[in-house]
Amino acid sequence: MASETLTASGYIHHHLTNLTFGHLAGGHWAFANSAEQAKEMGFWAFNVDMLGWSLFLALFFFFLFRSVAKRATSGVPGGLQNFIEWLVEFVDSSVRGSFSGKNDLIAPLALTVFVWVFLMNFMDLLPVDWLPMTAEQFGKHALGMDPLHVFFRVVPSADPNITFGLALGVFWLMLYYSVKIKGIGGFLAELAFQPFGKFGLPFNLILEGISLISKPISLSLRLFGNMYAGETIFILIALMYSAGWLLGSFGGLLQIGWAIFHILIILLQAFIFMTLTIVYLDMAHQHH
Amino acid sequence: MNINATLFGQSIAFFVFVWLVMKYIWPPLIAALDERKKTIADGLAAAERGKHQQVLAEQHAAEELHAAKGRAAEIIARAEKRAAEIIDEAKHAAHAEGDRVKAAANAELEQEVNRAREQLRAQVVSLAVVGAGKVLKREIDTKAHDDLLKDLVAQL
Repeated sequence: MASETLTASGYIHHHLTNLTFGHLAGGHWAFANSAEQAKEMGFWAFNVDMLGWSLFLALFFFFLFRSVAKRATSGVPGGLQNFIEWLVEFVDSSVRGSFSGKNDLIAPLALTVFVWVFLMNFMDLLPVDWLPMTAEQFGKHALGMDPLHVFFRVVPSADPNITFGLALGVFWLMLYYSVKIKGIGGFLAELAFQPFGKFGLPFNLILEGISLISKPISLSLRLFGNMYAGETIFILIALMYSAGWLLGSFGGLLQIGWAIFHILIILLQAFIFMTLTIVYLDMAHQHH
Repeated sequence: MNINATLFGQSIAFFVFVWLVMKYIWPPLIAALDERKKTIADGLAAAERGKHQQVLAEQHAAEELHAAKGRAAEIIARAEKRAAEIIDEAKHAAHAEGDRVKAAANAELEQEVNRAREQLRAQVVSLAVVGAGKVLKREIDTKAHDDLLKDLVAQL
């Protein structure tokens, strides 16, 4: 809900600004008070809200699965164990279907990516004001901050840093396994001598180089774009709540509808991210 | 919406969590799944084996029953034969015993007849002697004519 002192564009802007911790112009490390200040911090700054939620969800995922894995038996599984085993089998069969090599890292990697990305996407389904307003109240009363300067985004996958961080991890693994399996020479030869043979070398390098670089970029931007768009639409719908009861209740209906549709998107994007990760790593394992 | 060091933080977290999952989550879950798969496969195989064994046991039981029936029939046949034999033997024994008793009786009878004849003969001799004595009175010396008389007796 937009507070009275906020304009619509201010509300949206506030919702889309991260809580950034970095090096201020004054020479000390602090949280940025505005989007402009965050921009001035340059590269060496951290979106604390995004990293925090990302780590929190990863830890939630880890301890939930760990609690099941610790007492996993081959006997009749309970409800939670059943669900997690179903997930594991689903990921395992996806990996078996798309990954032709033999590498014990791929399946756990795919499980991590799938569940983690899904959980990060899932934050989008929480009503957009719940956690930011809680943070604002906390900042106002506990820390004595101006609530307008308390920024708190909750959907990590709607931040390009987070999705690009994941894609970068995948990219490093692609390079590592390419070099490990084919040797540094084999990997470079793949870049230089395909698809037009050795006489088309510069052209080959450009083509293959772009196709290599485009993989992590498309992987991260696809997820980011979908989630950012989803979040923005939720914010736009939330604007209606401050425009009278008629528009407000219409907004409620819209929010329910979009949330239901969004369930499909968050699952699909998590699945796509996992599948592409497996496929890219499979390509890194294959000789061309 | 700036690109900043958050992405390095996320990359590091990514590797850490992939490693954690690979080390602490994936192996026990997959082990449990594989073990259950094996248990189920073993159970199904055991059920199949049990079914097979049941068929075999039923076959075996039928064979045993058949054999037992055969043996029982054989035993009955042998028993009947033996009974017939025993009856036959008893008949023979009875016949033999009867013959023996008859023979003994005949022998005794003959003995009695002989004895009676002997007695009769002796009595006839003495009667003849008495008669002749009476006829001849003194002229006849019993001792002198005894041999003659004995010859006569023997001729009787």
